[in-house]
Amino acid sequence: MAVANNELEKVIIQSVMEELAKKGLLSQKGKDHVMSAAMMDTPIVPNTESKEMVTFPPQEEMQISNPFNADAVKAMKKLTPARIGIGRAGTRPKTMSLLRFLADHAVAQDAVFLDVSEEFLQRMNLMSVQSAAASKDEFLQRPDLGRRLSVEAVKTVSEKCEKNVQVQILIVDGLSSSAIEANIPDLLPALMQGLKSSGIKVGAPFFVKNGRVWIQDHVASIVNSDLIISLIGERPGLGTAESLSAYMIYRPNENTVEADRTVISNIHKGGIPPAEAGAHLTDVIKQILAAKASGVKLNQQK
Amino acid sequence: MILKAKVYNKIFAFQSFKEVMAKANEEKSGDELVGIAAKSASERVAAKLVLSNLTLEDIYNNPVIPYEEDEVTRAIYDGLNLRIYQEIKSWTVGYLREYVLDHKTTGEDLAHISRGLTSEMIAATAKLMSTMDLVCGSKKMRVQSHCNTTLGVPGTLAFRCQPNHPTDSIEGMMASLKEGLAYGSGDAVIGINPVEDNVETVTRLLETVKNFMIKWEIPTQNCVLAHVTTQMKALEKGAPVDLVFQSIAGTQKANDAFGVSAAILDEAFALAQHKGSATGPNLMYFETGQGSEVSLDAHLGVDMMTLEARTYGYARGYRPFMTNNVSGFIGPETIYSGREVIRADLEDLFMGKLHGLPMGIAPCYTNHMKADQNDQEMGTLLCAMAGSNFFMGVPGGDDVMLSYQDTSYHDDASTREILGLRPLPEFEKWLEKMGILENGKLTERAGDPSIFDK
Ligand code: B12
Repeated sequence: MAVANNELEKVIIQSVMEELAKKGLLSQKGKDHVMSAAMMDTPIVPNTESKEMVTFPPQEEMQISNPFNADAVKAMKKLTPARIGIGRAGTRPKTMSLLRFLADHAVAQDAVFLDVSEEFLQRMNLMSVQSAAASKDEFLQRPDLGRRLSVEAVKTVSEKCEKNVQVQILIVDGLSSSAIEANIPDLLPALMQGLKSSGIKVGAPFFVKNGRVWIQDHVASIVNSDLIISLIGERPGLGTAESLSAYMIYRPNENTVEADRTVISNIHKGGIPPAEAGAHLTDVIKQILAAKASGVKLNQQK
Repeated sequence: MILKAKVYNKIFAFQSFKEVMAKANEEKSGDELVGIAAKSASERVAAKLVLSNLTLEDIYNNPVIPYEEDEVTRAIYDGLNLRIYQEIKSWTVGYLREYVLDHKTTGEDLAHISRGLTSEMIAATAKLMSTMDLVCGSKKMRVQSHCNTTLGVPGTLAFRCQPNHPTDSIEGMMASLKEGLAYGSGDAVIGINPVEDNVETVTRLLETVKNFMIKWEIPTQNCVLAHVTTQMKALEKGAPVDLVFQSIAGTQKANDAFGVSAAILDEAFALAQHKGSATGPNLMYFETGQGSEVSLDAHLGVDMMTLEARTYGYARGYRPFMTNNVSGFIGPETIYSGREVIRADLEDLFMGKLHGLPMGIAPCYTNHMKADQNDQEMGTLLCAMAGSNFFMGVPGGDDVMLSYQDTSYHDDASTREILGLRPLPEFEKWLEKMGILENGKLTERAGDPSIFDK
């Protein structure tokens, strides 16, 4: 940190700091910190005990210099999680937009490698089995392994799951465990409740680790349910790592194609809220059971 | 057909044309996953060497998937101009590469031979090309198309404004759309991916955008990227559809998985002609990308790059207004890294253009891949230099519904200014009228979505 040797320098540093603070690039605390440093005569040494730190300005802050209608921009920012009203430096993003983007990318990359905790599975009272992919790395590189149960899981599912039910629910980590932990506590009870009150016979839901969408076909071939639904973690985005999808299929068999599945995506607090999704999914499940078809085939019947 | 090659002191023998095609590829995780990639760098070179010596006739006689078994192969062969093919069938692939790059060969010449080339011939040529080869070759070819406005005009670079929203909120979508327009993005199309794939949602989005286009006199086209069958139902009910969208792939099996077939696409194209709201004649918007066949286990042992070329062969019969390539969209199982995406994007741009398609690229990445913003921006600039007709425009580069990163509104404006490219002519006039652009540069007013809130 530079040290001011004369009054002029102090004035310059002060006005630069104020300008940065105005633009939200520096917190009041940060400004005070820099100013006090500028006033000092001896250089400061890094102080790890200091509580002061640089942080991002609040996301909702409008970053456009001289907008035509500032209130309109602020209102727009409330309507979408998209990165709008962020201003520019020439044609490029402002420094804080760039750094926030990098931070969000870092967090999203890490989210892929998280596991659903044992504690969570116990709390939700979910039996847990695994796909044929033994690790996250293997899961990412070998989609084929994530599409079938491990040998042990086949045994567990055959022994423990009720057969010939109308609906079997799977909770699958997929590409985001955060999506499971964030949504299942509200979504699963709402869905179970909805199905029960519609008189639909449901098998006990269970959890599959390192699973992809198609693993539902393997499970269905063992439990022989009419419909199987996977509540599965979508790939994490910069905006949220908590987005969950529900993939449903009516009686999959060896001729099943992807278009035979029905999908409801973007279940999370910023999309379809999990509790609401429970009711929505109940309706969709009823339609599928009634039509004895899912996916494009179901839509054709509508 | 010679399938054996000697690279210095080592001899490599291949069993089939299909194997040579796979092994001649630059490294990609999807080919490795399927188990068809070259086992060593020398084997890769040997495959390229064998390929360079094959004639176009050899390739014609050996489609990677038989004609009788696959609708995509049939579309490619049935659409071929046999007269042009006859004239060039004795050329080797190595010669074709040099012909493409030769100073004397013009874009017009390439458009002409394009009609006599099968997708495998085009893929084979691209396999012998390096990054700069691909840029040089692509840059020569300009394919124009017309819907409401003309795409691909020399000296221009257009963008799809992609204002997606996690609940299809009309207001939320409009906010992102206004921001995009304020950066000059949206001349290729205003295209929304809906969360809910149903006629009501699709119609509501189409009407909102159309009304906004009319109110502000914006010269562009609208599109909602639901499943094609949903768009067709919306069209039947009178929704204003300028462009009909569908994702397509390079095998019949993969297209089955997507829920499409030539019969459905024919019907969709006919419907767009009879009931669509656009001028035309180009009314379709396709999305493609290396890896979808692998991800759906529908590759039939063919490499990703060749399948991508076949996808273009399937597309060209529909005379699309735009074909957008999204190779970085799936994940590390098909395209592992930033390096692999950049390579795929350049290959796809070249192969699409040589098929005579109005190509755009989405140099994008997901968060489970080994790629970052730097890779994405390098890919964007290279593809722009190679003459991509358009890119995407996503607020801040982050699609909050599809969860991946693509070119941002900022990148759109930057790329134009770096390379001195302009928006499509009608759209540029509109931007000037709105005070967003002046002499090809953003004005002080640009980047402010509230200019639409008088
Ligand atoms: C990646 C992706 C794709 C990739 C799939 C490759 C892959 N390995 O994941 C590709 C590019 C091939 C693709 C294609 C399509 N997709 Co998609 N896709 C996604 C995306 C962005 C992420 C999916 C994800 O995270 N999967 C989780 C992991 C764990 O699953 P997985 O087992 O690894 O992979 C499977 C799923 O991704 C599945 N899948 C992907 N998309 C779709 C779409 C449908 C309708 C079905 C049944 C299955 C499916 O296919 C994979 C292979 O089994 C979502 C958006 C989102 N927020 O979820 C849209 C999304 C699911 N896709 C969508 C659509 C519309 C399509 C298309 C129908 C587009 C079109 N008009 O052709 C096609 C065809 C799909 C099909 N029938 O196979 C919509 C579905 C809307 C709806 N409610 O029906 C979504 C929600 C995006 C949107 N809002 O527009 N897609």
